[in-house]
Amino acid sequence: MVGQVKAVDDVSFGIRAGETFGLVGESGCGKSTLARLMLKLKRLTDGDILFEGNNIDKVGSRELRELRQEMQIIFQDPYGSLNPRFLVKDVIAEPLRVHRRMSAKQVDERVVELMELVGLDANRRNRYPHEFSGGQRQRIGIARAIALNPKFIVADEAVSALDVSVQSQVLNLLTRLQKELGLTYLFIAHGLNVVRHISDRIGVMYLGKMVEVARTDDLFAHPMHPYTAVLLSAIPHPSPTRQKERIILQGDVPSPANPPSGCRFHTRCPFAQDRCVTEEPKLETLAPDRQVACHFPL
Amino acid sequence: MAEKILEIRNLTAGFLSDKGLAKATDRVHLELEKGKTLCVVGESGSGKSVTALSIMRLLDYAGGVIADGEVLFNGQNLVSKQQKEMLKIRGNQITMIFQDPMSALNPVFTVGEQIAETLRIHKNLPEKEAWRQSVDMLRKVKIPDPEIRAKQYPYEMSGGMCQRVVIAMALACNPELLIADEPTTALDVTVQAQILELLLQLKREFRMSMLLITHDMGVAAEVADRIAVMYAGAVVEEGTVAEIFERPRHPYTIGLLQSIPGLEGDRGGELYTIKGTIPKIDQIPTGCRFHPRCPYAMDICRQNEPPLRESNTGHKAACWLDDTGEDDPRPGKPNTRETKVTIMSRPEVAQS
Repeated sequence: MVGQVKAVDDVSFGIRAGETFGLVGESGCGKSTLARLMLKLKRLTDGDILFEGNNIDKVGSRELRELRQEMQIIFQDPYGSLNPRFLVKDVIAEPLRVHRRMSAKQVDERVVELMELVGLDANRRNRYPHEFSGGQRQRIGIARAIALNPKFIVADEAVSALDVSVQSQVLNLLTRLQKELGLTYLFIAHGLNVVRHISDRIGVMYLGKMVEVARTDDLFAHPMHPYTAVLLSAIPHPSPTRQKERIILQGDVPSPANPPSGCRFHTRCPFAQDRCVTEEPKLETLAPDRQVACHFPL
Repeated sequence: MAEKILEIRNLTAGFLSDKGLAKATDRVHLELEKGKTLCVVGESGSGKSVTALSIMRLLDYAGGVIADGEVLFNGQNLVSKQQKEMLKIRGNQITMIFQDPMSALNPVFTVGEQIAETLRIHKNLPEKEAWRQSVDMLRKVKIPDPEIRAKQYPYEMSGGMCQRVVIAMALACNPELLIADEPTTALDVTVQAQILELLLQLKREFRMSMLLITHDMGVAAEVADRIAVMYAGAVVEEGTVAEIFERPRHPYTIGLLQSIPGLEGDRGGELYTIKGTIPKIDQIPTGCRFHPRCPYAMDICRQNEPPLRESNTGHKAACWLDDTGEDDPRPGKPNTRETKVTIMSRPEVAQS
């Protein structure tokens, strides 16, 4: 028997309808795996994922097909996520052709409507993705994601590859669409300022575990898990007054194939004690709307 | 005036196409004082990397040409040098670290050998001494167990560790100038903090000057002495960290700073955006290159290119709004009164 690498291990959290839930953590911490599990793009080995009360791991293939319309994803790479041989109108119309029975005219009307909604010139729908800039391609990806009127959208590093001036345009678009269409977002990003801007609540992951879940303002005002504190202090501030105190971690993230005993963060935690080495902390509610997995929360 | 280690004058470089030279940098002016850090910030396509490659004269190998201008390193013009002469400077007096540490290292040699190679070539050290110093360098960049790590291959190390090796390699010959092109962009924030800290500490220890290229205003604020903002191939503003962040003069800088979501204060509202996108290098607008995206564009902006003008404090910007006086529409107080000295005209370079 070959051993098992748990990319995501014993994670419990909920996303409320209409909110934006931000997910942060370093590369390899399991953010994307978690998102793909939630969309059933990957199979989980244990546990339940409920979408509006339905367990997505138990539903039959027909119901799954129905559910898929409600859950969509926007990917990080605006170059790799669009088929270069499809015209833009076909990229956007693909979900419609799969899930809806619509005449060619209806499809075309919907494509025009979607492109206008995301701020693209609909006259350019007969062009190929390579004729669009990175920001415009990301808008195409967004148009495709909202084509079926989904309820839930995973934005997996959707603005990370974009330049600052384009990034703010796409962020504004995502916020506007959420208001107009009543969307729920799972927003994955490593740029903490971006996550802070868009999220109502934030989950912090480390090495496959959720270590802290809190409302955005609470999290930034007073991080309770040492890892959250470290993460926040590591961000370079775009302001001329430099931070005085910064906690700099030693070493790298350990391999998820062989995670440390007890609290997974104890090998790098500046506040680690004996208990952290042996006993794994549970994610517990320590304040209203706030869960922390730490024996000695800050 | 302190001694300048690097002076770039009117650097115009780019790539030849059917339609002539597509200018990736257009009459770029940069100065770096000895022992200081200059950050060049800008979005993709602003010409940051081409500037760096021109200094190293690596642009020749990337298919580009330097059409005009001078790169003065300690007073000697690197642009007129033969590649043979550059071999003695590159990797020795001027070194460079790149964005992706994994691809900057040779996968089939141990990291120790790769560091030793530079020492053997530039310092003529015998094999054993070069190895000893290379282990020493690994210790200086704070790699644990350097004796063991030196015998390992790049794939056995994490991204942050590889970047440390690349830094060790760059510093092995005790260079006077280090060029770092997006050295932390591929790394996680906690590792980025480690690497930036290390770079700053080594810069002091080795008494180097540093040219750091980044798209991240946060990184620039952390490490820079001065910041140069590039847009579509030209330097549009240059000043100290405080000047750039507190009294930005160019509308592009102002817009860039406003469109970054903050870490403090209000959040969730609509973000400021700069309309449109960065022009392609073969479609640079006439007049001020920022005018189609500028919220304050005036008639003169469409016709004439603004010169880069320097204030008494050395804060440079290329914007016609400096002439508007009382009617200045820019937010804040961009200190226009001290900005009347024109230091350089920027004569148009004939396309070759």
